[in-house]
Amino acid sequence: MTQPENAYTAAAEVAQVKTRRTWKQRAWMELKKAPPTAIFGMVVIFLYIFVAVFAPLLAPYGEAEIFAQPYAPWTSEHPFGTDQIGRDILTRLIYGARNTIGIALATTFLAFLIGVSLGLIAAINRSWLDQIISRGVDVLMAIPSLIFALMLLSIFGSSVWSLIIIIAVLDSTRVFRLTRAVAVNVAVMDYVEAATLRGEKLGWIMKREILPNIMPPLVAEFGLRFCFVFLTIASLSFLGLGIQPPTADWGTMVRETSNLIQFAGFDLKAGLTPLLPAAAIALLTVAVNFVVDWFLHKTSGLRE
Amino acid sequence: MTHDTDVLLKMQDIWIEGFADEKWNPIIQGVDLTLHRGEVLGLIGESGAGKSTLGKAAMGYTQPGCRISGGTIHFDGQDMRHLSKRQKQHIWGTRITYVAQSAAASFNPAHRLIDQTIASTVREGIKSDAEARADAKELYSALSLPEPETIGDRYPHQVSGGQLQRVMTAMAMSPRPDLIIFDEPTTALDVTTQVEVLMSIRKVVDEFNTAAIYITHDLAVVAQMADTIKVLRYGEEVEEATTREMLSHPKEDYTKSLWSVRSLRKPAETSEDIVLSIDNVDAAYGNKVQVLHDVTIRLPRGKTVAIVGESGSGKSTTAKVVTGLLPPVSGQVSFNGEPLSADLKNRNLDHLRRIQMIYQMADTAMNPRQTTGEIIGRPLEFYHGLKGRAKEARVVELLEQIELDASFYDRLPSELSGGQKQRICIARALAAEPDIIICDEVTSALDQIVQEGILKLLMKLQEEKGISYLFITHDIATVEAISDEIVVMYMGRVVEQGLKDDILSPPHPDYTELLLSSVPEMDPDWLDKLVAGRTAH
Repeated sequence: MTQPENAYTAAAEVAQVKTRRTWKQRAWMELKKAPPTAIFGMVVIFLYIFVAVFAPLLAPYGEAEIFAQPYAPWTSEHPFGTDQIGRDILTRLIYGARNTIGIALATTFLAFLIGVSLGLIAAINRSWLDQIISRGVDVLMAIPSLIFALMLLSIFGSSVWSLIIIIAVLDSTRVFRLTRAVAVNVAVMDYVEAATLRGEKLGWIMKREILPNIMPPLVAEFGLRFCFVFLTIASLSFLGLGIQPPTADWGTMVRETSNLIQFAGFDLKAGLTPLLPAAAIALLTVAVNFVVDWFLHKTSGLRE
Repeated sequence: MTHDTDVLLKMQDIWIEGFADEKWNPIIQGVDLTLHRGEVLGLIGESGAGKSTLGKAAMGYTQPGCRISGGTIHFDGQDMRHLSKRQKQHIWGTRITYVAQSAAASFNPAHRLIDQTIASTVREGIKSDAEARADAKELYSALSLPEPETIGDRYPHQVSGGQLQRVMTAMAMSPRPDLIIFDEPTTALDVTTQVEVLMSIRKVVDEFNTAAIYITHDLAVVAQMADTIKVLRYGEEVEEATTREMLSHPKEDYTKSLWSVRSLRKPAETSEDIVLSIDNVDAAYGNKVQVLHDVTIRLPRGKTVAIVGESGSGKSTTAKVVTGLLPPVSGQVSFNGEPLSADLKNRNLDHLRRIQMIYQMADTAMNPRQTTGEIIGRPLEFYHGLKGRAKEARVVELLEQIELDASFYDRLPSELSGGQKQRICIARALAAEPDIIICDEVTSALDQIVQEGILKLLMKLQEEKGISYLFITHDIATVEAISDEIVVMYMGRVVEQGLKDDILSPPHPDYTELLLSSVPEMDPDWLDKLVAGRTAH
């Protein structure tokens, strides 16, 4: 039989091959199309990171340097005045970025390490192990986390490490739930079965077959979780059990300068002082949320 | 019969584009289409040929991300391209209706069937509520649905897939449209159910003299349904002719190659050397629902055993027992004469390597984040310890064996066509150098011409490497093409096992007879003869 001219060949089947682009080109293409809110968020986050990294260079004074006059007004010497024992507010705001963001970031990473690994194990196992972990998580989630954290911190003492570990464990419950929920859908796919039939170990299946396919929701959750952790740490500091002095921290600063707000009637600038660290917290939270929103929108394929 | 006044739909020089990868790509390139009142036009072609896109364009509709960039569409004198969305919506659902491939996805699970059947008819004021209801019941009965008086009171999940597809046809018929577009309405159904749906659709379309566009990739089906057939490829028309002419004298080479697909057939042989035997296996899910009853199957070395049966007959469960995913309640699976451990976890690497599996949906069988190189490379690394250059070279070698080339090395699954994906899955199985490959409906999601390619490839590999196949399918044409022996399964039991020629020639047990007679043939009179034959009984 002679081959007709346009005979069938497997290689010529219709398929959509995408143009090869490096990740840099792709990132740039996406960035150009990003909405203004996302651009704003990214600029703000970048500024915060810049301040956190170069804090010692940017700050006019030392982190715990004490000046003679407590509660000094806003002057050229102390742009935002001084606090109750005479430390420069601007300096402490700058160092606060480093401490608060650093600790929140470390906590979020730890929470994800715990939550994602347990979530994947539960999703693949789906039997007694899944039951044990899931019910344990239910119990932890049934207790209001701020009160639980307060209790644990009073038991273990509030050092930076116990703060990180306690909040990470409490927050990992939510990460666990999300991971398990999305991984369960991937774990029933034929390619996971194919890997199981091949004889692959649990670690490979988790890392190579499932994890890459659930990354988008996890990355978005990372942003949101970071905000929550950041707010929890600030709340704990405000209550006096978070980051301890003399380490500068925004939550603690709000608490320490909060009584200045009563003097807003006499000196508006003094009244604004406790709002500065509060605004720093709020701005970062909003910025991260903007970026996460945009990212979720892109990855979930939602249109307007 | 073909006066110009009879023309219902006239599409001229249609161009449609889809947006992908940052640019507009042509999907339909200058196709003309003319449909007369009461005429049934069959649109056929492989996936990606633009059949569905063209069918939807007849309604003046495109999917999100697509646009009609040129041409004119006149439906009964109205210019569909220039109607407002509101005006189009009046036409959709009343004068042009649409029957989708997946009926289950097209019904709202929260409403009764009859309410959904008559919704647009009543909304547009074509009939009163009471009239429409009475009419719907007549349609149900015309479509041979059981209990036509009360079936409409059920919810979508309370009827079977074939019944739902017929209710959807009733829904499309209810406003007495001028045109119905059927988009692969029977592709998702078993052969035995498909015949019933085809019969019903034919009957009502004839009765009400409705024009229809019937989109499918199954030639035998289109031969039963259509007056004229139009063949599409790469968004362009290949040829159009009346059904009989097209079947007897196809003009273009491409059409001829489509027609030749069904002639594939290999001579049946058997061998005394049994590589895999399944003995008296009972299997159950969750120790409650017993799915397999006393199943015994033998697979001779280097041969193909096809397991056939409709959905729910226990075909795939048998595969699960063989692979060790579902340990049987009783019975034994033996490989090369030695018993295999029932549970996957206790099997050694050598046993795992020697039994490989290919899945029905190549889409879900490949990790969407891994390139073909990684997918095929993993078993090489895992079983044979190949690394770096040696692994790469072997992957390319495997790609060539499956008739692809090195340019596919770093493609992601989303950049492959359905047939190419299935070929990559075959390469992944081959990489392990197995003795047995279990093929679970590997061709049923593919177009016929692609199916033929895959089947030929599997046969070639069997000849070269002496691999044995356990081939699970519900498609008798595939079975005829590839198998040496056939096992017929029904309700979890083996009805019969034997050489292909013995099973396919009469006399048959009742079930085998029903299954075989339901397979559409290329003869345009086949359905009529079958209807006559079955009603005579």
